[in-house]
Amino acid sequence: MSGSESFISIRDVSKHFGPVRAVDQVSFDIKRGEFFSLLGPSGCGKTTLLRMLAGFEVPTKGELFIDGQAMSTVPPNARPTNMVFQNYAIFPHLDVRGNIAYGLRKARLPKAELDATVDQALEMIKLPGYGSRRADQLSGGQRQRVALARALVRRPKVLLLDEPLGALDKKLREEMQLELRQIQQTVGITFVFVTHDQEEALTMSDRIAVMSKGKVLQIDDATRLYEAPTCREVADFIGTMNFFDGAVATVENGHAAVDAGPLGTLWVGTGEHALGPRAPVTVAIRPEKVQIGWDRPDQPYNVVEGRIGAEAYLGDRSHYYVEVPGLARRVAVAYQNMARSLDNSSDQGRTVWLSWPPDSAILLPGA
Amino acid sequence: MSKAARGDPLFVYAIVYLIFLYGPVLLLPLFSFNDSIYIAFPLKGFTFEWYRQMVQNGSLMDALQNSVKLGIVVAAISTGLGIFAAKAVTRYDLPGKGPITGLIMLPLVVPSIILGIALLVIARKFLDIQLSLYTIGAGHVLICVPFAMLVLVSRLEGFDRNLEEASFDLGESGWSTFWRVTFPLALPGIVASLLLCFTISFDEFVLAFFLAGNETTLPIFIFSQLRFPNRLPGVLALGSCILVFSFLIVTLSEWLRRRGVQPTKQGAAI
Repeated sequence: MSGSESFISIRDVSKHFGPVRAVDQVSFDIKRGEFFSLLGPSGCGKTTLLRMLAGFEVPTKGELFIDGQAMSTVPPNARPTNMVFQNYAIFPHLDVRGNIAYGLRKARLPKAELDATVDQALEMIKLPGYGSRRADQLSGGQRQRVALARALVRRPKVLLLDEPLGALDKKLREEMQLELRQIQQTVGITFVFVTHDQEEALTMSDRIAVMSKGKVLQIDDATRLYEAPTCREVADFIGTMNFFDGAVATVENGHAAVDAGPLGTLWVGTGEHALGPRAPVTVAIRPEKVQIGWDRPDQPYNVVEGRIGAEAYLGDRSHYYVEVPGLARRVAVAYQNMARSLDNSSDQGRTVWLSWPPDSAILLPGA
Repeated sequence: MSKAARGDPLFVYAIVYLIFLYGPVLLLPLFSFNDSIYIAFPLKGFTFEWYRQMVQNGSLMDALQNSVKLGIVVAAISTGLGIFAAKAVTRYDLPGKGPITGLIMLPLVVPSIILGIALLVIARKFLDIQLSLYTIGAGHVLICVPFAMLVLVSRLEGFDRNLEEASFDLGESGWSTFWRVTFPLALPGIVASLLLCFTISFDEFVLAFFLAGNETTLPIFIFSQLRFPNRLPGVLALGSCILVFSFLIVTLSEWLRRRGVQPTKQGAAI
């Protein structure tokens, strides 16, 4: 159990609340010093998993190890973890210093050393001189920093963060994302971060576990989650994705010809999947990887004719929603506005051609 | 209040209502300074005689002392029991939480005369203990715990559970979390509960009447004095003192409650 490969080890962990399986047979490892995110919609079990790491919930089945030590019999106050709560849980009857020093009582530091530690923590969170403020005199972002400092002064092996940026406005959130990442790299503590915000997870994390209905769907870095999702649910949850259902016709040289009904035959790289003929599959492609043009491109395959059903101008890019005969859902296309143009006339209803190279699409097993 | 409001029937109603509420109470201090043993208008003259008599009346002062002692002890025990019950009810998933809470609250709705008879029977027939201030105290704790619990449950529900979890997370045990987080945050509720329980015990008559031994409490003593008309002004003087004292306590508790909201010097005092 030693070594950096599995600093936190989650083995077959389930948590049932009555008939509800909040966490359902989850197993994975987190490395030492990693910024690891649990990402998923609300109710997917990510917070329950985090609370099991903190010790506030006991697994119904399975075992959690932190640094090789089994955690099931260790109460929260004896675990090498500290938590930043979603609502920060700043003690309202103490000032900022009192809050930060709260967890240092057992350390029995001399007064001077204690003061120095708190001062250092205030420095780290960029709130020097705020020591005598009370919780109700702090803004949301400041409370968040105090909660962070309060947890970090205890030098935990693992810092658990439960949607700590959820309550902040967009600008402050982006600032705190960078700052949090910077602090994590400075202190070198393993962070386990719970969020439902995929953008936040993608920008901050070394690796991300995507969760849904108590299960872990995929664990990967940001690039692989976006470019190589392993199932339809992950592909759908991260970013925008177009899906075309079909069945494998032939496989040759690492590419599959997929019979996609109204779209004809689509060629797509098979990736790691070994698929036999007639296997039901889904071809998935990101909006920005679809080329859009007025004329039929000179390409023998992956060419689709459609009509612009809706459009949205976003400045740097435009989104087109293209209606293709026989498809229930419109195809989303993102077009980079590389040339400067003041033409704002509507293209709605015009016929367009969509195309993409085979390796831009992703093959997902199952329809 | 503007002139237009004076003719307002609602304003008149409010004034009449206030007189109805406080008029009888204010007669007490008025007649306690009246130089006559008869409580009747017109007032005769100003005197401190009744206050002098009150202080010199040994059995009255004994009863007062008994009531104050009893009230303090009952308030402390009831609030102590109440806070643990309130914490259990608000923080843990106990089996049978509903019925248990119901049973604790039951004395609120049982008429005190029934309780008084029942407790008397238990004390004398089953336990065979002598009636004393202790038996009154036990009865008072029984009726005070529901009030203490009501006050404290609402206080404990009013603050975030995460605060206690944060304390565990920061290395504190259940007991030290109680003293470092739960207790200071519940303090206004605890003070309110202490004052409420003291007041209930201080003027409780029925249970005390059934459960009293040789030592009486103030309400019983006052009741016994009503048979002697010449003692009545002394009772009025006593009533006035209690009135002023209650007013001071309420003001003090309100002041404390507001002070609790202001910044306190706690700092890194660990």
